[in-house]
Amino acid sequence: MRLAWIIAFVLLVAAAAGAAEISQTERRSGYSFMGPDTKAMQDDDTANPGMLWVLDGEKLWNRKVGTADKACADCHSDARASMKGVAAHYPAFDKALGRPVDLEQRINLCRTNHQQASPLPYESRDLLALTAFVAQQSRGAAIENGDPQLDPFVAKGRELFMQRQGQLNLGCTNCHDDNWDKRLAGSPITQAHPTGYPLYRLEWQSLGSLQRRLRACITGIRAQAYDYGAPELVELELYLMSRARGMAMETPAVRP
Amino acid sequence: MPSALINVPAKARRGDIVEIKTLMSHIMETGYRHLASGEAVPRDIITSFSCRYNDTEIFRADLYPAIAANPFITFFTTATESGTFEFEWIGDNGFSETASASITVE
Repeated sequence: MRLAWIIAFVLLVAAAAGAAEISQTERRSGYSFMGPDTKAMQDDDTANPGMLWVLDGEKLWNRKVGTADKACADCHSDARASMKGVAAHYPAFDKALGRPVDLEQRINLCRTNHQQASPLPYESRDLLALTAFVAQQSRGAAIENGDPQLDPFVAKGRELFMQRQGQLNLGCTNCHDDNWDKRLAGSPITQAHPTGYPLYRLEWQSLGSLQRRLRACITGIRAQAYDYGAPELVELELYLMSRARGMAMETPAVRP
Repeated sequence: MPSALINVPAKARRGDIVEIKTLMSHIMETGYRHLASGEAVPRDIITSFSCRYNDTEIFRADLYPAIAANPFITFFTTATESGTFEFEWIGDNGFSETASASITVE
C-alpha cells in the first residue's frame, strides 16, 4: 500500500514536470524582455505610437454610424467608466453564438446588431483603433477569466498550444514554455502572455491584433495559418489569456 | 485628420533647456515596395517638419523614405519667453498638418 502511494507520488511529480507550463512565480510580461529604449517608448504616452490609434478610437467611439445612426457612446456613454476593466475579461462567452468572442468580434457584433453598420475588416485601422481605445481603459487592470462556460474552449486552446504542427513540427509550447529564457535568432523568446494587445510592433510599423501575432507565429513554424476570426484562433487567444490570469493589462503596448 | 501627439512642458524657467517631443501619424510608404501582383506601391511620406517658437523657426528637418512610420521627432530648445510652439508636417499627396502647444516661462 505504502509503495503504491510512493509510485503515485513519483508519477504525479513526473507528470507535473512533463507539462512544463510556466510556474506562477516565473511569469513575466513581454515588456520585461525588452531593452530600455523600447520600454521608454511604451512608458511615455506621448512617445508610444499606439496612442495614435487610441486617439483615433476615441473619435470613432463618439461618431454616429449605420442605419441606426448610433455611436458607441450613445449606449455605453463615457468609455472611461463603462469600458474600465472590460478588455481584461476577453475573449468572453457569447450566449447567442454559444462560443467565445474576442474584443474585435464583440465590437463588430455591436456594429451589426445595434448600430446596423457593416462589420469592420480585421486589422483595418478603424477596428484596431476602437479595440485599442476600449482596451486602453483596462490598462493596469488584472486579466480575469473565470467563466466556467469557457472551460472547454480554454482546453481546446491549450491542446492547440501543445500540438506540434507545420513543416518545422513545432508547437507553441516548444518555444514559449520550454525555451522562453533563450533567444530565437537575436530576439528573446517570450512567455506568450498577451498583456498588451492590440500593440504596436516596430517590425510591423503599425498596431496589430493578437490574431495577427498568432498567424505570424503559425506561419513561422511553416504551418497553414487559420483565417482571421477562426474559432481556433479565438480559443488560442483564450488559453493565452488564461495563462496570463492576474497579470496587468498594458494596452497599447510596444514590442520590437 | 491624422492624430499627432505633442509633449512640451507647460512651464519652464527662463533659460531652461526644454525637450520637445512630437509624434505624427503617417504610414511613411517608401515607394520601393511591390504588391504580390507586382504593382509598385507609390511613395507616400512626410518630406518636411518644422517648428516655430513665437514665429521664429527653431527647428527644421527633411524626411526621407528610410524613416519609419509614425515619425517621432524630439529636440531641445532654450525657453526664452512665454508663447506657443507651432509644428508643421508637409508630405506627399498634399499632406499638410499643423499642431501647436503653449509654454509659460517665468
